[in-house]
Amino acid sequence: MTASTQEALPGRIDAALPRDERVRLLADGARRIRRRNLALIEAAGLGHIGGDLSATDIVATLFLGVLDVDPADPKAPDRDRFVMSKGHSSGVLYTVLASCGFFDPALLDTYMQPLSPLNGHPDSKKVPGVEANTGPLGHGLPIAVGMAIAAQLDGSSRRTFCLVGDGELQEGSNWEALMAGGHRGLERLCVIVDRNGLQQGAPTEETSRLEPLADKARAFNWAVAEVAGHDHRALLELFERLPVEHGKPSFVIAHTHKGNPVSFMRDRVEWHHKVPNADQVQAALEELQ
Amino acid sequence: MTAVAASPVLHDCRDAFASTLEALAADDERVVAVCNDSVGSSKLGGFQKRFPERLVNVGIAEQAMIGIAAGLANGGRRPVISGASCFLTARGLEQIKVDLAYTNANVTLCAMSPGVAYGELGPTHHSIEDIAWLRAIDNLVLIVPADPLETEQALRSAVDHDGPVFVRVSRMGVPAIYPADHRFEIGCAVRLLDGDDVTIVANGTMVTRALDAAALLRDDGVAARVISMPTVKPLDLNELRAAARETAGIVTVEEHSVRGGLGGAVAEALSVEHPAPMRILGFPGFAPTGSAKWLLDHFSLSATGIRAAALELTEPKQV
Repeated sequence: MTASTQEALPGRIDAALPRDERVRLLADGARRIRRRNLALIEAAGLGHIGGDLSATDIVATLFLGVLDVDPADPKAPDRDRFVMSKGHSSGVLYTVLASCGFFDPALLDTYMQPLSPLNGHPDSKKVPGVEANTGPLGHGLPIAVGMAIAAQLDGSSRRTFCLVGDGELQEGSNWEALMAGGHRGLERLCVIVDRNGLQQGAPTEETSRLEPLADKARAFNWAVAEVAGHDHRALLELFERLPVEHGKPSFVIAHTHKGNPVSFMRDRVEWHHKVPNADQVQAALEELQ
Repeated sequence: MTAVAASPVLHDCRDAFASTLEALAADDERVVAVCNDSVGSSKLGGFQKRFPERLVNVGIAEQAMIGIAAGLANGGRRPVISGASCFLTARGLEQIKVDLAYTNANVTLCAMSPGVAYGELGPTHHSIEDIAWLRAIDNLVLIVPADPLETEQALRSAVDHDGPVFVRVSRMGVPAIYPADHRFEIGCAVRLLDGDDVTIVANGTMVTRALDAAALLRDDGVAARVISMPTVKPLDLNELRAAARETAGIVTVEEHSVRGGLGGAVAEALSVEHPAPMRILGFPGFAPTGSAKWLLDHFSLSATGIRAAALELTEPKQV
């Protein structure tokens, strides 16, 4: 077990703090979450580190600084919803949930071990804070549309966020749901694309191209925003001014880098699910001091 | 219990589905209808008029439809999906497995026009595999009601159940089988006719034909026990064990493929606990075009076909 497992994880950030301070806390929190995430995968000997590191800043910003959720009451009916559609990035989801207090961080050491509640892909029945069982791609976005319709029926102002991988958008079910969400003008729904450009085996644009992605989303009646997906200030400001356009759901293209910011992982397709050895973990942790 | 005399009036079970769903929605704000451009074919016109805001028509998109229903359930709603069984189950199979069953979502799947209800439209629209592929999925209750009353009560039980439930809703006319005071329960078979020579286990549109077969067998001097098995999962094992013990064998009959449906379920259960001679009646493969009634008769899913299978069990051929 590495020293990083002993470090304190960040807690949720007081919304009353000045934004500059919240951004500083987010940056430091995301760094510590990445360190713990690396230890998690090293201990498990399994995982998807590239996608975890790509999504860390988005997931951390939402849970630490944006979502109206209560770790002490994870099923509160009017909570905001977050759906991790790219369920293979369970490592970062679990680390962030533990960080917020949804469960004891000690449980992270059991990641993917026999009988652990922390499956390789998240199970909402076992893990507080997990809203949907994902793993097969293209499931989260339709579920999020349903959650947003439920909120609309309730006359509730609760929000629904859904993080999808970019390669995942090749699944047709997403486009069914984008059509349904756009048709209904679900303005309390925000889909975020972790646009790191790499799917499991190759760049998305060499596999089955997504571009022009923003135009596609607009054509489906979604309001599009693009954001630097590792910039906590930009992410926070964007999430705080949603919806991008009244009367439409928001489609946020977060430009990210797989494996970010570890120098030897960043933008390298093999780190989709390659597991770092002890030396590589140590080198990565040193970069994340 | 005893069956009422079969009424000559035939019922489309979708009518019972539609009126029950409206009644449920009137009583319970959480109930929402979810469909795939299937308002007409699911007879949801009345629901749409009464509860327009609670009809979620997602368009022709079965995978998203099931995911959206799972999201609605996460929000505390009680979604009732209705769509043609062939598309609902095959197109949305992974969503049924993951979003509903694995998640334990409180979603009811109402499979319209199952079996060969769309007989003339051909095998693309026949749904004779639905029970087989859903039966393999854990944590999913499967119900195949036989008449309007059972359809109504199955739907009520499904919406009330903690977890997902699949209910087949027949389109082909069936007579009322059950008396008005009948109470359906998930997992409970109903012995419609007593008899100790041979057992016929049926569900859905086949129950009335099983009763007709029993009448023919009575003329042959054979006392057939007729068991209605509306819940294919979980099966009523007690009733099956008794049939295996007390009669010469079991004929299963279903508007479904002979592979993996009610017959397969009964055979799996009994082969371990109490093997019994069986005949499994259903469709042997892709069926040709033809009306539902013609197809059922053509493939011996008829009173005479069931009778012939039962006689094979009661009068074994001399070797």
